[in-house]
Amino acid sequence: MQLPRETLLEVKNLCIDFRTEAGEVRAVDNISFTIQRGEIVGLVGESGAGKSLTSEAILRLIPCPPGRLSGTILYKGMDILTLKESQLAKIRGKEIAMVFQNPISSLNPVFRIGAQLLEAMALHVPEKKAALQEKVVAMLQRVGIPAARTRMHDYPHQFSGGMSQRAMIAMGISCTPSLLIADEPTTALDVTIQAQILALIRHLASEMGTAVLLVSHDLGIISQMCNRVLVMYAGKIVEEAAMATIFHAPAHPYTRGLMASLPQIEQQSERLESIPGMMPGLHDIPSGCRFHPRCTLGDDACAQDEPQLRQLGEQHWVACHKTNAKCEMRNAE
Amino acid sequence: MYGFILRRIGQSVVVLGIVSILVFSMMRWIPGDPIVIMLGDEYSPEAHQRLRTELGLDKPLVVQYLIWIRNVLSGDFGYSYINHTPVSTLLYDAFLPTLSLVIGTLIVGILIALPSGVLAAVKRDSPLDYGSMGFAIVGYSMPSFWKGILLIWLFAVTLRWFPTMGYVHPWENLGEGLWRLALPSITLGTFFAGLVARITRSSLLEVLQQDYIKAATAKGVRRLPIVYKHALRNALIPVVTVIGLQFGTLLGGAVLTETVFNIPGMGRLTVMAIFNREYQVVQGAVLVGVVFVIVVNLMVDIAYAFLNPKIRY
Amino acid sequence: MARSTDIPEIVPTQVAQPVARWENTRLLWRRFQHNRGAMFGLGIFVLMVVTATLAPLLAPYDPLEQNYLEAMQGPSAKHWLGTDSFGRDMLSRIIYGARIALIVGVLAVGLAMVVGVTLGLISGYYGGIIDTIIMRIMDGLFAFPILILAIALMAILGLGLRNVILAVAVGYIAPFARVTRGDVLAAKEETYIEAARLTGVSNVAIIFRHILPNVLAPIIVQGALRVSAAIITEAGLSFLGLGPPPPTPVWGSMISEGRNFLVIAPHISTYPGLALMLTVIGLNLFGDGLRDTFDPRLRK
Repeated sequence: MQLPRETLLEVKNLCIDFRTEAGEVRAVDNISFTIQRGEIVGLVGESGAGKSLTSEAILRLIPCPPGRLSGTILYKGMDILTLKESQLAKIRGKEIAMVFQNPISSLNPVFRIGAQLLEAMALHVPEKKAALQEKVVAMLQRVGIPAARTRMHDYPHQFSGGMSQRAMIAMGISCTPSLLIADEPTTALDVTIQAQILALIRHLASEMGTAVLLVSHDLGIISQMCNRVLVMYAGKIVEEAAMATIFHAPAHPYTRGLMASLPQIEQQSERLESIPGMMPGLHDIPSGCRFHPRCTLGDDACAQDEPQLRQLGEQHWVACHKTNAKCEMRNAE
Repeated sequence: MYGFILRRIGQSVVVLGIVSILVFSMMRWIPGDPIVIMLGDEYSPEAHQRLRTELGLDKPLVVQYLIWIRNVLSGDFGYSYINHTPVSTLLYDAFLPTLSLVIGTLIVGILIALPSGVLAAVKRDSPLDYGSMGFAIVGYSMPSFWKGILLIWLFAVTLRWFPTMGYVHPWENLGEGLWRLALPSITLGTFFAGLVARITRSSLLEVLQQDYIKAATAKGVRRLPIVYKHALRNALIPVVTVIGLQFGTLLGGAVLTETVFNIPGMGRLTVMAIFNREYQVVQGAVLVGVVFVIVVNLMVDIAYAFLNPKIRY
Repeated sequence: MARSTDIPEIVPTQVAQPVARWENTRLLWRRFQHNRGAMFGLGIFVLMVVTATLAPLLAPYDPLEQNYLEAMQGPSAKHWLGTDSFGRDMLSRIIYGARIALIVGVLAVGLAMVVGVTLGLISGYYGGIIDTIIMRIMDGLFAFPILILAIALMAILGLGLRNVILAVAVGYIAPFARVTRGDVLAAKEETYIEAARLTGVSNVAIIFRHILPNVLAPIIVQGALRVSAAIITEAGLSFLGLGPPPPTPVWGSMISEGRNFLVIAPHISTYPGLALMLTVIGLNLFGDGLRDTFDPRLRK
């Protein structure tokens, strides 16, 4: 479905800080990106890189204090970070919806599934309860929940993980949002269910023209779903490119490491490749380039200057001093 | 759910059985010959033997226990020679005032505890939070009998707003009854509120951290409905359990409060019976008190089963 | 595909270093210090211990000495907290009252801890019939409100300080047994226990040398919290007239005595009441602080 190119979400210089016992810590440092109408953008990174925080910041779901958000998040021209709570509530669920990692714990255990879905719609759609009930059933059917009319009276603990996630997705799209944020939607699910959920998201997104921000640590999932990818490391975006580029010509050594560690079924290899070391904790951010201690290309320049995002090609941005050098890790195929 | 309820009832019956054995044996351990004590001045060897057979004290212990149980279940707790009435009458007359006090306490306590606990959690780390939690700590740390005395001195003696002591059944005279119950209920109620407020606060705080609250916010639910609709229903479930658990402590406090305010309840009855060496009364009162606690705990657990969908389905 | 064949060295940057025992304690102490309420509570506790131990030195008068000429006087230069209806010095009586309160509190809780923890260890470790029997009895005991149980026991045992300690102690056996049993059940599953058993360590040794140290921390916290409860229970008993017999200076009975003179001499009830309240608040805060130190997740 060809949609007019329109910038839906524009994040500019977003910083997320936290007050901790050991002082203030910056979890997300000055990141900027955009999401166009209808595109599926992937946000990839290890646990702790800041991707979940970024996704939660978009809807201002981070408790402040102890958190602190600075920068700009423009949604259709409005800065989310300066909106009043009443205005924000109109955007949440209606314009931008979110699906979380753990579906069962994301549903209120004392309310029935149908009632929770009804609430999601009643908040934004001024229709009578009876009409909304029908919509709830339709929604549940659409996401593939069998016997929806009876099962909507169940409580969350009676649903399986996969079904709960379907219900959450139903809640998310119930008001036809322009943007759906999916934070690790399949991480808590069985591998067999994963594929189904991803297919569901992809199908619904294209059908309704919804843009998707898919957050995951799993490159395999990202590669199946996304048009464009943002790679995060230790609170910063280190590379941004179209899916094909990331796959075939990753520029940042970290991205290359990630791609290299993906086991390929066609290849014969004796051991799994991995990036040595661990991502630094928020209190031990290295000087200069945050990745340099683990990078085979790292030198003194890398230890001193923090690289900024530079445009490498069309729609391809990298934050690295050594992007033109070939590293000893796997070459681009 | 019905399985859960049946199991709890079964457990309660077992506990009741053990409690009855404990109460029975406790009374048998009292030093001195109970018959001598009961006969008092009318003692004679023949009377001793007669009463002994009459009371069945010559039979083996287990049989005595079973006889006692049978009597208790049919309402016979023995006879009070000092008051010239059956113990059951004394117990019944004493139970009602205690029940009124307990109900008054629960009402006052919950009315204070829930709003302050919720506010403290919602406005966490604010002066309101520290203030109400400070009051809560003082509430349950202050010994209830001393608090009662202080309240009497302040409100009854100095301000003359309430009577110093005495009791009237609220169902006989609503105004007078409530007026006399006010100070005792406040005394014990603030103690109870202290306990419940803290648990309400921590329970609500924990619920507010949960994923489903974040998800509800993401749906567009406003701050107020998040608290009173989404969070509170979940937070109150453990609070109900705690209220049940603390009921025993509440009853203990009632004993002291009754003494301070001269309410003719179970507490005063028991203490006087101890000084009068009327052990049958003590036995009956303790048994009734503990049964009361067990029954309330059972009811709380059943309520919990209804409130928590995970058990209901 | 070019790739160096040396084994990549996994360098974890955040390895949990084994912390020396004393350093762990220092860390806990610092966390405890941050909690102002807990420090206040600790202060009260220390004050109590000092007062109790040095009572003979601190008290200006003999607490039992009666002097009808000076009865029912308010605070004055001669008697800082006034005198009671028998002319006894209030300050001295309160100081000695602290001693008794502390003795009863600590001994009662200590006794309950020893018995309760032992029962919990046996019940949790051996399981089976022993467990069921012990726990059923504990359930029965638990159903009694502590004060009511203490009152009943005092009826049986008769008056006297030693009996008060016993009566209060019995009520706290069940909570200790339950908590210990729960922790033992969890600790029992640990692999090092299984290893010890396989190496032939006797059951008793396992219980006391391996399991007990690990379950001790929450028990101590419980103990600290219960001391204040024990003191209140004892005060309640004394108030009802079931405590240590007069003329022993006990706060509970002092408050009871003062009731009759509420209008003309309120200080007779008030000062012991204040002392009792401060002690209990302090100990409660201390216990809370201990609990928060060992498991800060619960508070924040």
